[in-house]
Parts: sequence; C-alpha cells; structure tokens
Amino acid sequence: MSSVASVGSRARVARVWQAPIGKKAVMALTGVVLFGFVLGHMLGNLQIYLGSEQIDHYAVLLRSSPKLLWAVRGVLLVALVLHFVSAAQLKSISRAARPDDYRKYDPQRSTLGARTMLGSGLLLLAFVVYHLMHFTFGNAHPDFEELKVHHNVVTGFQEWPVSVSYIVAMVFLGMHLRHGLWSMFQSLGVSHPRYTPALRTFATVFAVVIVIGNVSIPIAVLAGLIG
Amino acid sequence: MRITLHVWRQKNAKEAGSFVRYDVPDVSEHMSFLEMLDVVNEGLIAKGQDPIAFDHDCREGICGMCGFMINGAAHGPLRGTTVCQLHMRKFSDGDELWLEPWRAKAFPVLRDLAVDRSALDRIIAAGGFISVPTGSAPEANALPVPKEKAELSMDAAACIGCGACVAACPNASASLFTAAKVTHLGLLPQGQPERSRRAIAMVAAMNENGFGHCTNLAECEAACPKAISIETIARMNRDFFAASFSSRD
Amino acid sequence: MQLDAKVPSGPIEKKWDEHRFDLKLVNPANKRKYTVIVVGTGLAGGSAAASLAELGYEVENFCFQDSPRRAHSIAAQGGINAAKNYPNDGDSIWRLFYDTVKGGDFRAREANVHRLAQISVNIIDQCVAQGVPFAREYGGTLANRSFGGAQVSRTFYARGQTGQQLLLGAYQALERQIGLGQVRMHPRTEMLDLILVDGRARGIVTRDLVTGKVECHVADAVVLGTGGYGNTFFLSTNAKGSNCTAIWRAYKRGAAFANPCYTQIHPTCIPVSGDYQSKLTLMSESLRNDGRIWVPSKKEDTRPLDRIPDAERDYYLERRYPSFGNLVPRDVASRNAKAVCDEGRGVGPGGLGVYLDFADAIKRLGVGVVRERYGNLFDMYERITGEDPYRVPMRIYPAIHYTMGGLWVDYDLMSTIPGLYVIGEANFSDHGANRLGASALMQGLADGYFVLPYTIGNYLATTKFEKVDAGHAELRKVEGEVRERTKKLVESRGKRSADSIHRELGKLMWDKCGMARNAAGLGEALAKIPEIRERFHREVTVTGSGEEWNRELEKAGRLADHLELAELICTDALERNESCGGHFREEHQTPEGEALRNDQDFCHVSAWEYTGPGNKPVMHKEPLTFEHVHLTQRSYK
Repeated sequence: MSSVASVGSRARVARVWQAPIGKKAVMALTGVVLFGFVLGHMLGNLQIYLGSEQIDHYAVLLRSSPKLLWAVRGVLLVALVLHFVSAAQLKSISRAARPDDYRKYDPQRSTLGARTMLGSGLLLLAFVVYHLMHFTFGNAHPDFEELKVHHNVVTGFQEWPVSVSYIVAMVFLGMHLRHGLWSMFQSLGVSHPRYTPALRTFATVFAVVIVIGNVSIPIAVLAGLIG
Repeated sequence: MRITLHVWRQKNAKEAGSFVRYDVPDVSEHMSFLEMLDVVNEGLIAKGQDPIAFDHDCREGICGMCGFMINGAAHGPLRGTTVCQLHMRKFSDGDELWLEPWRAKAFPVLRDLAVDRSALDRIIAAGGFISVPTGSAPEANALPVPKEKAELSMDAAACIGCGACVAACPNASASLFTAAKVTHLGLLPQGQPERSRRAIAMVAAMNENGFGHCTNLAECEAACPKAISIETIARMNRDFFAASFSSRD
Repeated sequence: MQLDAKVPSGPIEKKWDEHRFDLKLVNPANKRKYTVIVVGTGLAGGSAAASLAELGYEVENFCFQDSPRRAHSIAAQGGINAAKNYPNDGDSIWRLFYDTVKGGDFRAREANVHRLAQISVNIIDQCVAQGVPFAREYGGTLANRSFGGAQVSRTFYARGQTGQQLLLGAYQALERQIGLGQVRMHPRTEMLDLILVDGRARGIVTRDLVTGKVECHVADAVVLGTGGYGNTFFLSTNAKGSNCTAIWRAYKRGAAFANPCYTQIHPTCIPVSGDYQSKLTLMSESLRNDGRIWVPSKKEDTRPLDRIPDAERDYYLERRYPSFGNLVPRDVASRNAKAVCDEGRGVGPGGLGVYLDFADAIKRLGVGVVRERYGNLFDMYERITGEDPYRVPMRIYPAIHYTMGGLWVDYDLMSTIPGLYVIGEANFSDHGANRLGASALMQGLADGYFVLPYTIGNYLATTKFEKVDAGHAELRKVEGEVRERTKKLVESRGKRSADSIHRELGKLMWDKCGMARNAAGLGEALAKIPEIRERFHREVTVTGSGEEWNRELEKAGRLADHLELAELICTDALERNESCGGHFREEHQTPEGEALRNDQDFCHVSAWEYTGPGNKPVMHKEPLTFEHVHLTQRSYK
C-alpha cells in the first residue's frame, strides 16, 4: 500500500474553500454565471426595440416551462448567495489584515471601480431587489400588468427618478463588470502577458456595451422613442 | 530646498503612535531620502531627542531592509525603486511629506517607521525552498533549463522581501511575495518534485500569518521595487488549484 | 601563542581528500547532542547553519538584520567562479588555483586555495539544485562570462544579482531547517562578546536590538561568519550595519587577527556627492569592458565636456598599460585614479572622480547593445546622480569594498581559540593580499557548505565537553562586562553623534591607510587614532536607554570597536614594509609605479595577538611557502 494517504473529495473542496484563494475562485466561477445572466438579460431587454409584441412574446416564452425557469432562478440565486457570502468573508479577512488604516493612501495602479467592488456589489444587490419588485413582482410598480413587459417598461421608465436610478445602477454594473471580467481569469490562474492586456481591453469594451445597451432603454422611453 | 515631514513616531509595539512634524531646511537634491533622514536625525540627536527609527542596511536597493510609505505610496512616488535609492531631486521645494510605516496585522510596528516582517520568513520556511541537502546535488548541467524559463524564473527570484507589496495592497495581502517564490521555483525543473506541496504549504502559511487576500488590484506590482508582475499570482493560484485537486495528501 | 596551520601533508591535489578521511566523525545519532552557534547569515554563515542542521546538529543562528535573507552578501553583483571548464577554454582546478594565488600576490596559503578551487565545482552543483536561476545558454546549459584578472570564462552569474540569488539559495535551505526546528533563528540580535570556558569557545553574549535584552547563549562550538570590516573607513560599499564587533571581541578574547592591512579598493564606484554621504555604491566592474576611462590632460580643466578635444583627454590606463588598457586589475585601476586626481586632474565636485565614457562604445555598438549590456547599471547611476550616462560620461572613483584580512584560521578554519571557527570574509584565509573578482562568493560558500561541516565534526568528536549551565561563573562574568560596556555607552551624554566621529575616523583612514600608504602617513594616523578614540569616549552622545530599540547605542558600540581595529590596521600596514596586492606602500614600487613585493622579509601571514588594554599587540608570523605557484612579479603591461 502506498504510504501517501488519499483525502476524500469533500475534504479537498473544504480545503479550497477555507483558503481565500478558494473563495476568490468561487467568486470568479459564480461571477461567470452572473455575467452570463447579465449578457442574456440585456439581449432580452433589447427586444423592446422590436415592438411590444416581440418582447411580450419573449416574456411568455420564458415562463413557458416553470421547471426550467425555476432551475435557472435557482442557479442564479445560489450563484448570487455564494458570490455575496464569499465577498463578505473576504472583506472580513481583509479588514483583519489591515486593522489600522493609513493616514494617507495613494493608489498607484488600480481604478476606483476595482477598489470599490464591494460597494458597487452591495448597491447592485439592492438594485436587483428593487428591480425584481419593480418589473418581476410588480409591487414597486404603480401600474403593473403581468406579462405586459412593454407596457410595464414604458410606464415604469416614464417616471424620471426611476429611470435615473436605473441609469446610475447600470453605471455601477459597468464598473463592477470591468474589473470582474478580467479579474476572474486572474483569480482562476489564467494570465499571459500577451492575452491578458487584450482581455482587459475586452472587459472594458464589454462593460461599456452592457451599460449602453441597458441604459438606452430608459433614455429611449424618456425621449419618447419607445412608447 | 525645504521639505516638511510628518513622521509617524511610536516608541514601541505597545504604545500608541502619532505624527510629528519636522521642518527640514537646506535639503540637497543629491541626497538620498534616507540621507535626508540621517540629517534630520543628526539634528534630533544634537538636541538630545530620540532619532527617527527606520530600517535600512545596504542602501543600494537589494537587501530589502528599508521601506515605508511616503504620501501613501510604498517606497515613495518613483516606480521600481526602494526608498534608499530614491533621491530628493524627485521632490520639490516646499513639499509636505507624510511618512508612515507599512501597516498590516502581520507587520507589527516595532518603532516609528520600522516593522516586524518575520511573517515573510515564515512563509518561506513553510515551503519556499527546494529540499536538497548539501552534497546531494547532481552535476549542474545534468538538467538543462530553457533560457526563457531561467529568465522568467529570475524575474520572480528578484524579489527582495521588503514587504512593499503587502503595504501597498488595500487587503494587506502577501500574494505577490508568496507568488514570486512559487513562480521562481516552480518554473525550474529542479523545483518540480515539491511544486504541489510548496503551493499548498505556502498559501496556507500566508493565510495563517494574517495576511489578506488578493483582489487583483495590482497595487503590489506598482509598488514592487523589482517590478514583479502579478502574472506570478495567477501562476500561484493555478499551482494551488492543481495541487489541491490532484495531490493525494 | 602558537600558530599551527595544520596543513595536511601529501601532494596538494590529495591533501583535502586525505584530510577528510583522517577527520574523526560524529556518530549520526549523537549529532543532535551537540549545539553549534553560528553568527551571521550571509553566504558563509547561512550555508554553514543550514548544512550543519541538515547533518543533525542543533544550531543557534544569529543576525543583526530583521531577516537572515538580508546579509550583505546579497549585494554582490558580478558572479561566482568555478573551475567547471564548461566553455572548454582550458580552465581547470589547477588554473583557478594558480590564478587565485597569483591574483592574491602570493600572500595566501597554497593548500587552502587549492581546496577552494577543488570545491568550486561542487558549489555550482549545489546552488543549481537549490534553484538558483543562473544565466543559461539557449540549449539550456549554464552560461559563463569572463571576469577581471582571468583569461578563461569561469564566472557563473544571475544577471547583476548573483550574490542575491546565491544568498537566497542558502537562505531557503536555512529557512527549511528553521521550519523543521533544527535551527533556532535569532534575528535582530547582535553578538557583543565571546564566552570562553577552559580556553574553549563555548558561547556568546548577545543583545536583542528590539528589547535591549542582554543574554548568554551556550554551545559546544562557535562559528563566526560576520563579514569584513570595511566600514572602519566609514564610507565603503558595505551595508550600513556591517561591522567588526564579533571578530574584534573574539580578537580581544584571544583569537589572532591576520593581515588587517589587506583591504581591497573597488575602482568603479559612484563618487561622493556631499558631506551627508552615507555610503558608496559600487557598479559592476564589467563596465570597464566597454567604457573608456579618462581625465582632462590639463589640471583643473573646467571647460564643458564637449569643449575638451580628444587630443586633450588623457586615457591614462590605455596609455600606461597598452595590453590590458581599461581592464587592469582592481588595485592598479584604483591607484591610477587616485594618482590623476592627486595631480589635480580629477573631475566632478571636489575633484575626486574620473570619467568612464561610453561615447565610443555607443558609436561602435549602438545604444541598443549598450543598453542591453549595461542598462541596469546605467539606470542605477542615473537614479543616484541624476545624470544620464547615455549622454554624459559617468564619473567614478574607487571605494573600500572588501577586506582580505580577518581572524587567523588554520586549515580547518579554526581560529587560535579552540572551538571558535571563522568563515567567509571574516577570516583571512584564501585571497592573500588581493581578491579576484567573483571569488568572494566562492569562498563564502565553500567554507559554509563544504569545509566547516566536515572539520567541525572532528573537533566535536575529539573533544570532551564540560557541562556549562546558565549559572556558570564565566557566563556571568562576560555578561557582566557586556552590561557594563553598554551602560557606559548609554550614559554618554556628549555633543556629537557616533556617525560624525565615525566620519572623522573614516576620512583619516582613507587618507592615510587607503589606496596608497607610506610610513609617515601611517605614523600620523597611529598618533591620531588614539586621540579620536579618546574624544569619542568624551564627546559621543547616545540618546535613549539600553532597554529599547536604540540605533545610536548600536552605532556607538560598533564604532568603539572600529576605533580600536583602525589602530591595528595601521600598525599592520606600517609593519608590512612592502607593497603587495591591495596593500600599496609608496616606498616600495617598481619604476613603473607597480607594487613591489619583498618576498625575502614578508612572505608570511602577520597574525596579531591581543595583549590587554593599552598594550601593543604582538605579531606572530606564519611563513608562507610556494611550492606550486612560483613567486613572480605581477605584470599587466
């Protein structure tokens, strides 16, 4: 028999989870899920430019298989919870690692967005709750009609404070994505001097595309282009 | 030129510290930053006061003993330079400079600007080596090392262990320090037998010693006097995951 | 005092092998019963501590820095020699041995040097296996380059950071043993005295540099790897903390000090820029491969550089040494720089500098090639001086760099105190009167990895050790003396900082006992040093207390020892009435101005014995015989 003992797979997962590097990997992997959702969601949203029938039909399509819908919602929820729990635990590690702050601190390389991932993340979490209440459950919507997406969006965004809050949230989403998108590769150990700079450019472009795509809708509503 | 300093003064690890202001007239632009502090200290000694304590030794940027924050930047504003190699010509007349020690739970302040960095030694002791007792080495040319790998390994091996990466990191992470050693040894054929063990043991030691985690901000890379790349951190992560899921122990 | 070098008999190639066979061994199971103190963690101390621990000895290791990785070996740039003969250019153990004896101007012990050359090949094997990232060829084999004073390529290097990489190799091996609990590391701890019991070295007294705690540590043998004493000159390329205290305390307890006057000057350092100068920075000698050294032909020529036509530039090394040109050995290059500056032709502030000009190299090779070869050094020069060496010539001046002298040791590296071993730069052994480039790293590692671990075993195996407990009278006595000295220093409330007095000593030493020495100057220095010493004790001020972090106390303590050693250096320099290697007595030179040895009267090691405070030390001679490398006059014409 080999003198090297073998550890069960559960112990291995536990070991990885206990290490901050493991938690970062969890953030990266759940980030991939959430990022995929954000992309799909935006593509879905943009159908509003194709008319009310198209997007309302899309909504019906999404609801056509409750099992699949809840499976997707389950995956997203788990991803969100893990993403959040990891972030919270990492923050407490980080706070313990630097109990005393600098009187002066002058970042040399990082962007504001990269340094405020927790802040933008929490803001986005609050936004997601509001967004669900606004467009999914409708209890935060003044004139909500089930499965009437086009109507709900138009009437929802015609109130300018709501539109502004959506636009602000999307800017934070952009900042969050811009760092998160390349950072997940780094956390998972993928880095190369030739490809990583390109990846970072891609992340920025992609974040901008997501922001513009989503922000265009309330602006279009306010400008009367959709109605 | 004339410089105003606000220096963190703290008598020992137990007592609280505070900033003390010093006006330094007649600073020559040819002085190194530490020579400027030497002059301030001469003045303090002449008045019978305790000089400002700071760590330093070789004063040529290689021993890694010196280092503190100048206006919130580790080793000061000049990239790729330790504070002993920073010269006053990089500052302007009338500048106000805040000098603070590295701040991290793993680096307790010993006095003024000097901290205890022995946690970095403990990370190396956990696995930052190749176990080859004296006398047991094979002929040096028995294992060829591709030139490119030797160069990349050397890039990482250039780490001077000053702790600027920890100091500059908002999370007080020692990832760059640890990753530099994992990379240095992991790129060489000689380092392969212990590669998995090393990654797991060093990462564990990094956490046990109270350092934070990496959030990929690259502040460490900007502060590193040897400009070691955060690509090494990706490499360490890779080694750690591979080892965690493939090793038998 | 009897000097017995204990050089084994037999043919020189077999001495070490046969000696190793004759050495008594400590049973593997018994090794853990022995404790060895190693002071210093540089290439010598670090490699020794790691190797002894690997063998199974209990090791107590001390350094004054905050980590063993910071010892000043780390600053060595150029490389490490080994007789591997990989380039197939005719190198051999015999040639390395020959070059080292000749380079040392025939003032080293032949048997030691031969052993060093033999071991050199094992060092490279060991370091490569540890993961030292030496430069490689495209095929993956190790690269070599040539270095001053040798006609073969035998220098292994890791960019311009060879010392760093070799030290990290030793440090990592050491940390492994610390992790295993075999070595107990005491960083930020300074050795302040040596404890002898029954005439044997049995321990040391230390001071914790953070808390000020003074303590005794007991062991069966003590190893000093505490480096050289170049900082006696205040301005040197040594680290600020490098000091002579450990070896000086050992000297005062009975270890003979050999050849203290052998100091090495490095020709390519960045000149002093002002009174606040705290140290000198060395730039690799490799710069002399492509740079041309010159000064204006006219005295005090203040014209801007571009107004000095080529005909009025004196490329003095090329003029005086047509065959070696700018590549003459270190001592020759240094002395010539001093000579032209003494004539009033020096450049830069204070007139203490000569140009090292790359204009021709840039014209010939292009900026790209020059940047590739010397980019790092050019950057460093620009950082320090603010001048761009791609556009204006560098200014260089010699500086104290290494000390060949040190505690006298026998073939086994044991000093005249039984049980006290001295390794690396701290001993005197292998470099004679002048060390060749890339040989310091070789010697430090040879001593630590491959010599001491064998020889110390013989001592431990053949010695009966009386048990020494914490209450032993000798411990209490020495510890009391240390406390007394510390107390006296702490109570110093004069007006001057230790540094300001150290500067004064350094200037005197540099002027009178630097690159060139003469009887009158040395006499002057010997008259002035006691005066400075006396003033030191009267005028120095130490702020703070002894029970805390106190750099002024550390500096004052070290300076007190430098002030005593300075006198011994000058005494030795005056007594050695010849020129050899780094020791140049102006009275003894060839008509061309080269060092002129006097083998009739001075073919010996001068080992000085301490005879008590205020007494003149007594000199003992270890005669040197050269059976294999015949005494010849060095010539680089």
